[in-house]
Order: sequence, then C-alpha cells, then structure tokens
Amino acid sequence: MSLDMNANSYVTEDGRTIGPVVMDLKNITLRFGGVVAIKDISFNIREGEIRAIIGPNGAGKSSMLNVISGFYKPQEGEVWFRGAKRPPMRPYQVAQQGLARTFQNIALFDGMTVLDNIMTGRLNHMKTNLLQQAMWWGKAEKEELANREVCEKVIDFLEIQHIRKTPVGRLPYGLKKRVELARALAAEPSLLLLDEPMAGMNVEEKEDMSRFILDMNDEFGTTIALIEHDMGVVMDLSDRVVVMDYGKKIGDGTPDEVRNNQDVIDAYLGVSHD
Amino acid sequence: MFYREAGDFKTSYRDDNQTFPIRLDRAGYWVAIAVAFGIVPFFVNDYWVNAIFAPFFIYAIAALGLNILTGYAGQVSLGTGGFMAVGAYAVYKLMVAFPEINIIFHVLMAGGITAVVGVLFGLPSLRIKGFYLAVATLASQFFLIWLFNKVPWFYNYSASGQINAPERSVFGIIVTGPNTEAWAKYLICLVFLVGVAWMARNLTRGMTGRKWMGIRDMDIAAEIIGVNPLMAKMTAFAVSSFFVGVAGALFFAVYLGAAEAGESFGISKSFLILFMIIIGGLGSIFGSFAGAAFMVLMPVFLKNVLVGGMGWPTDLAAHFEFMIVGGLIVFFLIVEPHGLAQLWRLTKEKLRLWPFPH
Ligand SMILES: Nc1ncnc2c1ncn2[C@@H]1O[C@H](COP(=O)(O)OP(=O)(O)O)[C@@H](O)[C@H]1O
Ligand SMILES: [Mg+2]
Repeated sequence: MSLDMNANSYVTEDGRTIGPVVMDLKNITLRFGGVVAIKDISFNIREGEIRAIIGPNGAGKSSMLNVISGFYKPQEGEVWFRGAKRPPMRPYQVAQQGLARTFQNIALFDGMTVLDNIMTGRLNHMKTNLLQQAMWWGKAEKEELANREVCEKVIDFLEIQHIRKTPVGRLPYGLKKRVELARALAAEPSLLLLDEPMAGMNVEEKEDMSRFILDMNDEFGTTIALIEHDMGVVMDLSDRVVVMDYGKKIGDGTPDEVRNNQDVIDAYLGVSHD
Repeated sequence: MFYREAGDFKTSYRDDNQTFPIRLDRAGYWVAIAVAFGIVPFFVNDYWVNAIFAPFFIYAIAALGLNILTGYAGQVSLGTGGFMAVGAYAVYKLMVAFPEINIIFHVLMAGGITAVVGVLFGLPSLRIKGFYLAVATLASQFFLIWLFNKVPWFYNYSASGQINAPERSVFGIIVTGPNTEAWAKYLICLVFLVGVAWMARNLTRGMTGRKWMGIRDMDIAAEIIGVNPLMAKMTAFAVSSFFVGVAGALFFAVYLGAAEAGESFGISKSFLILFMIIIGGLGSIFGSFAGAAFMVLMPVFLKNVLVGGMGWPTDLAAHFEFMIVGGLIVFFLIVEPHGLAQLWRLTKEKLRLWPFPH
C-alpha cells in the first residue's frame, strides 16, 4: 500500500489538513464465548482528524478501542497502522508505537500525585536505564527535568496547575477525567483514543472538555478517536463518525451524512438516550 | 513557626523535585548525616552497636528492600528471610573462596546473587497476585532454608551446620569476625545503609518508581501507557532482593558472625521485616527507617522499662511485646495504612500551618 500524502489529504472547512489513513481496521470480528461484540467491522482513522464512534450501550464501542489498543485480540480481521499490518501485540508495545488512551471508567494511579501520574505518560520518551536512575546525578536527573517541562506544558494547557501535587485519589470525578487526559497527552501520542471523555460531566465540564479536545487537535495536530454519547457534542467535534449497533457498523461518514442516514435514525437517533 | 515553605519559593523544577523541599527538613537531614558519621562513631560501645545500631541499620536496609517490592510495586512477599539467607550464604561462600577480594565487593556480589534468585522466585508474580503470591513467596522461604540446611556445600561441610564469618578488613580496619571494634561495625553498616537509601530514593522518585507504582495502583493503565509489566515486576524483585541480600550478608558477616539458616533467617524474620514496613509505612523510604527503628527499639525499651525498671519477669515482658506489636499491626492496617510515615507527614502538615490552621 503506497502512502501518497497529497492524494490522500484534504483540507476541512475550518482550514485543518486531514492526512492519509494512519489506522485501518479491516473486517474485525471479536467474540466473547457466544457473544459477538464486534461483527466484521471495517473503518479507518486519518491523520489529524477527530473520529467519533457512537452507538447505544453495549454496541461494542469500547471493545473496538480495546482491539485498537491491544487489550483484545480479534478472532478475525486485521489492524493496519501507518501502512503496515500490525502483528499481535501487547498493549505496552502498542503504546510504544505512539498510541495513548483514556478509559471509560477512569484508570488512574490513585496512590500517586497528579504530577507523577502525568509523568508516567513520558515513559516512552525517557531512555535512562535502571543503573543511571539509581545514581540520579547527571543523565537521569537531566532527563527527568526535561520531561517535567513537557508535563508542565500539558498541565498548563489543561488548567490543572493547582492540583499538581495532590494525590489523585482525593480528586473529584471531573478533575480525574482531566488528569487522565493529561497523562495520555503527555505521551505526545500520534493517535489518542478517548472512551467517553465526557461521561458523567456537567454542562460546564463538558464544554471545557470539548474545548480541550478541539485545541489538542488544532494546536498539536493530534489524531483523536473518541467514543461519545452526547450527540450534540459529537456533531460539533468530529470530522467523521462511525455508528455501531449490536456489534455491527450501520453508518460511517461526516456528521451530516450520518445524521441523515435512515438506518442510523432508526437504530440510534430514534431511541432516546439521556 | 519556622517550619515553612513560605519565602522558600521554588524557582526551578530541580528545586521543586528535591527530596526535602522544606529548608528545615533539609538541614535536619544533613545534621543527622554529619552526626551519624562524625560524632556517634567516637562514642559507641558494644552494647549500643549490638543492641541498637547494627540491627537498626541492617533491618532498615532489608525494610527498604521489601518496601520497594511490596510498598512500591505492590507485590507481597513473605520470603524476605529466605532471601536474606541467600545473601548470607553467598557472602560466606565468597569470603571463603576469594579471601583476597575486599569484603565490600563480596557484600555487593552477595546482593547481586540474591537479585538473580529473587527474580527467579518472582516469576510467579507474572501470573498470580495478592494472597496467592504471598503463599508462593512463603514456599520460597521454606525451600531456601531447607536448601541451605540440606546441602552441606553451602556451609562448607562444617560439623555444626553453621557458617562462621572469617576475619576481613577494609582499609586495614577489621570489619568481620570476633575482633571487630564496635565503631567499625557501626560504620560499615551505616555506609551500606546510606548507599542503599540513596539508591532507593533515586529509583522511587524517577521513572522506575513510577512504573512500579503504576503496576501497583492499576496494572491495566500502566500497561497502556507503556509499562512492560514483566520488566517492571522483575526489576522490582531484582532491586528489592539486591537490598535484602546485602542486608542478609551484613547480618551474618558483620552482626552475627555465625549463623544457621533456619535460626537466623526463618519465617519470623520475614514477618519481622513485613511488620516493619507496615508499621513504618508502605511505599515510603522514611517509613522503612521508622519501622526498622521502631521494631528494634521497642523491645529494648520495654526490656529496660518493664524488666529493668518495674521488675517484671522477662518472659512476661516478651509476651507483652508480642501484644503491642500485634495491636499496632491491626491499628495501622485498619486506621493508617501508610504507617508512621503518614503520621509524621500529617504532623508536619499541621506544623506548617500552625498557628493558623486555615
Ligand atoms: N471482557 C469481556 N468479556 C465478555 N463480554 C464482554 C467483554 N467486554 C465487552 N463484552 C460484551 O461485548 C459487548 C459490547 O460491550 P462494549 O464494547 O463495552 O459496548 P459499549 O462500549 O458500546 O457500550 C457487550 O455485550 C459486553 O457485554
Ligand atoms: Mg463503552
């Protein structure tokens, strides 16, 4: 597969350049015993875009993210990343390829401070070995401080300076979500997966989070795939939307295309969601 | 009043990162180091070294080791005694086989050998957690002690089954064997303790420590951010066992002088070190010191007060000690899982705000 940047790229209405396909999922099928969580789904994610995955509860959206991040091994189908078929990988190896994510149920390190949580995001950017770290002086300290600086930028960006030294366990829900995002962002991922980043938030928090997501994409050019329930948010944020229902893909396109797709209206928009 | 961060603003991330961010703490730390190295050695006698300093320093090293594994990386271990025995027997074999090599290297090599053994016995942690891992490490404790008793090669076929530390010196100063001076014992243990604590501090404040704590707090999240769980657990076992091995080597070579696996490094040793980190504080360097100091000082204190002062019979005082330790374990597990270190931290937090609590 050749990657012709120009032929594959286009410019959005608001002037952002959407590049070639970075993540290509081909005919993914995932079963848990008798339950088929994902049925033969294909879709792709392009460089620089915000890609949404929507669908009712239990549609298989989180399972899809878990396939992408290497937690679940699909029984059938292929995952292509940057033009190459990805061999079976452990999640930490997927992370080394530049992928970061957040979880539907926050997965932070409760015993560590906000800063330490975010610093873990720098893991793949730090190269000193155990012995150098045990000695600290010199290389290890220099590296630590350089990476601390990156984290401080993320902290400023997400406006969480005031809780830098707070143990994460003590934070309220909304801030935890933000810290989890900060940790993922600190990794400077080339692809960022967000599983319901706004679930359980109030209107104001949702607005903040939407702004962060847009800014992240705009300022750092981060490619984002996100799962979200709030249709208004999805339509505002995303460039393209995949719609899932009962493990099947029932729609894929721009927000407008999806909104007008009869299958989608029947399956998802017709059903009331809170 | 003076215990403040105010007027002590951090202008760089380096300052913000230091071990003791508050000036008074920093000063206290340097004073303690200066006194420990420059003053105490001139005054210690055999009683103080054998009853307090040597066991305190050596147990603090072991507690630091176990705390890295259990407190930081979240992997329970009941095999500490067995790993101390590995350090002890390794240093013994090395001392006897290579008398021309400096004992300092022997101790370090004994730590290295224990690290390898620790990694081997840590392999089950890749599959099992919590209670089951505790049982697996308990099995390694019994296996190691059995091995050292069973295979005469380890104790060089001595008739008693014991190992005895030959006399060795560092820079012409005797540090092992019956002719060791109190201050020499004191200093060699202190040097190792300071070195180990310094490394433990560096490792836990950097990325290695974050990987360990990540695995402890939420292994799934750790893995997705890029932590290789196998490497994180194995480095925890390696570093932890290295420290524990050094502690075992010193315990035998410098402190006891003669040892027998089951007696000196039995299961009660494993529990003793575990109690130290629970009472001192899991996941805390300071807590490792506090716990070791507490468990060493308390019996001495009780003995002096109850037996010496109040005339209680020795065995009654010993039972009393068990009750106190048991009660404290329950107290800390239920009320304050972060141990003495957390109590100390809270006190300091109050002090920082005093006299205006808001
Ligand atoms: N680890 C698992 N084991 C068994 N079934 C699972 C597992 N994860 C998800 N499922 C099932 O797969 C289906 C899709 O779940 P999920 O991907 O979480 O949906 P969504 O995120 O769209 O709400 C559900 O029926 C769920 O019960
Ligand atoms: Mg979900």
